[in-house]
Amino acid sequence: MSEEVEGTRTLDEQQEMEDKVISPEKAEEAKLKARYPNLAPKHGGSDFLRKRLQKGQKYFDSGDYNMAKAKMKNKQLPSAPTEKTEITGDHIPTPQDLPQRKTSIVASKLAG
Amino acid sequence: MAGPGGGSSDVQWCFSQVKGAIDDDVAEADIISTVEFNHTGELLATGDKGGRVVIFQQEPESKNQPQCRGEYNVYSTFQSHEPEFDYLKSLEIEEKINKIRWLPQKNAAQFLLSTNDKTIKLWKISERDKRPEGYNLKEEDGRYRDPNTVTTLRVPIFRPMDLMVEASPRRVFANAHTYHINSIAVNSDYETYLSADDLRINLWHLEITDRSFNIVDIKPANMEELTEVITAAEFHPNQCNTFVYSSSKGTIRMCDMRASALCDKHAKMFEEPEDPNNRSFFSEIISSISDVKFSHSGRYMMTRDYLSVKIWDLNMETRPVETYQVHEYLRSKLCSLYENDCIFDKFECCWNGNDSVVMTGSYNNFFRMFDRGYRQDVTLEASRENSKPRSVLKPRKVSTGGKRKKDEISVDSLDFNKKILHTAWHPLDNIIAVATTNNLYIFQEKLN
Repeated sequence: MSEEVEGTRTLDEQQEMEDKVISPEKAEEAKLKARYPNLAPKHGGSDFLRKRLQKGQKYFDSGDYNMAKAKMKNKQLPSAPTEKTEITGDHIPTPQDLPQRKTSIVASKLAG
Repeated sequence: MAGPGGGSSDVQWCFSQVKGAIDDDVAEADIISTVEFNHTGELLATGDKGGRVVIFQQEPESKNQPQCRGEYNVYSTFQSHEPEFDYLKSLEIEEKINKIRWLPQKNAAQFLLSTNDKTIKLWKISERDKRPEGYNLKEEDGRYRDPNTVTTLRVPIFRPMDLMVEASPRRVFANAHTYHINSIAVNSDYETYLSADDLRINLWHLEITDRSFNIVDIKPANMEELTEVITAAEFHPNQCNTFVYSSSKGTIRMCDMRASALCDKHAKMFEEPEDPNNRSFFSEIISSISDVKFSHSGRYMMTRDYLSVKIWDLNMETRPVETYQVHEYLRSKLCSLYENDCIFDKFECCWNGNDSVVMTGSYNNFFRMFDRGYRQDVTLEASRENSKPRSVLKPRKVSTGGKRKKDEISVDSLDFNKKILHTAWHPLDNIIAVATTNNLYIFQEKLN
């Protein structure tokens, strides 16, 4: 960063002042550093990218995931009339007996 | 073609249609994630975060209203991708449609590729307007007849029926990407296509789903050394051996598949030199390219980074030939845009049919057009307030200085939640599709 050597310090200060006038970007950087002094100097090239590569909510296991999905479904469909004719198993079902293939959960509003 | 000169100096844009719900309460599934016209412009496809695809078809021009081109109405809608769970990594795989690419039409059916983070699917969309009747062994409702009751034979015949549009998945291209797919691009040979994730690009044959060729791999041996990722990739429009990919560091590499099987070594690298004095914490983030698109002519390519759109001549790697500022006033807001993550928004860009005008989105539901020939630009807004049929869109302006003129909006009043990331331009006419968060706007050129 700036070297604490007599004589060059005023030059650095001058450069900083000039930067603030010339470059709004550097001013914004200064603001960010003021708010988050612990931010890594190199914005963590690999940390930042690795976070990007791992995008996606992690679950503890598949059971956890299925529970979360079930909770979501209950919230989204307060009234979900799924009429299924029960096949009790006393005869071999034919295609006509099986319930209609369940359509998409909710149709897109763009098609409405 | 695209109007008199296609220039924004001549063209006035009118509201045509808006699709989607009016209410402000937006369900996450309804967030539009991609918009794409097919090669003739007759069909317009959208994908959303809920994994659904909606296809609109343009009505043929009516003789009653020669002033406007046909409207787009729903043609087909289907669930393309479902949410999945990767058991090995305990990660959810989103069903969000990242990209849709149309195949050129070869027969009566239409084909498109749609992809989420991990799986690409080839969908066939076909029309059925007649059905067979008069089977010998089945009743009309489908139940089987007792063969003992069949005493005569008849030949089934086709009878007309109400048009039914069916979408069926013909190919599923899965398990080829460890990282998240950001682009798919169909080759001009109409036989192959590429899919790109953060670190790798694969080449597929449209007929073969159980294998693909890896043509680019930028994964470092040691992940600690990772410095850049692939952000977008596209095939050249008429050179089937050429493709480009852009990076998070603002570079574009052009590769020639004739040179070697693995295109890790680029044929050309396009990069604008940076002024080291201007370098800041944000420099690399805002230089990350969010979209790359070849011109229809194949002579130029356009890139979109956070603040600008750049046009590159494929014959010159040292710097772009044109640079257009989309929203330069945001440069002094980078700190807050970093805090609210907006600085990572991925805007797309598109060319008009004759490559004379380019378009991209911004915040506050604004979108921008840059006329390359007339050197003019315009800012327009997609909003329900300007949605009277055939009403002309008024240019908008953001005031940057202290004094705000009437009708201008100040930078601090911009709504950063209203972002236009996806736009598409009809390949032949001046018709554009602009996606806000959950609505699709269609604007047309004012015709007299």
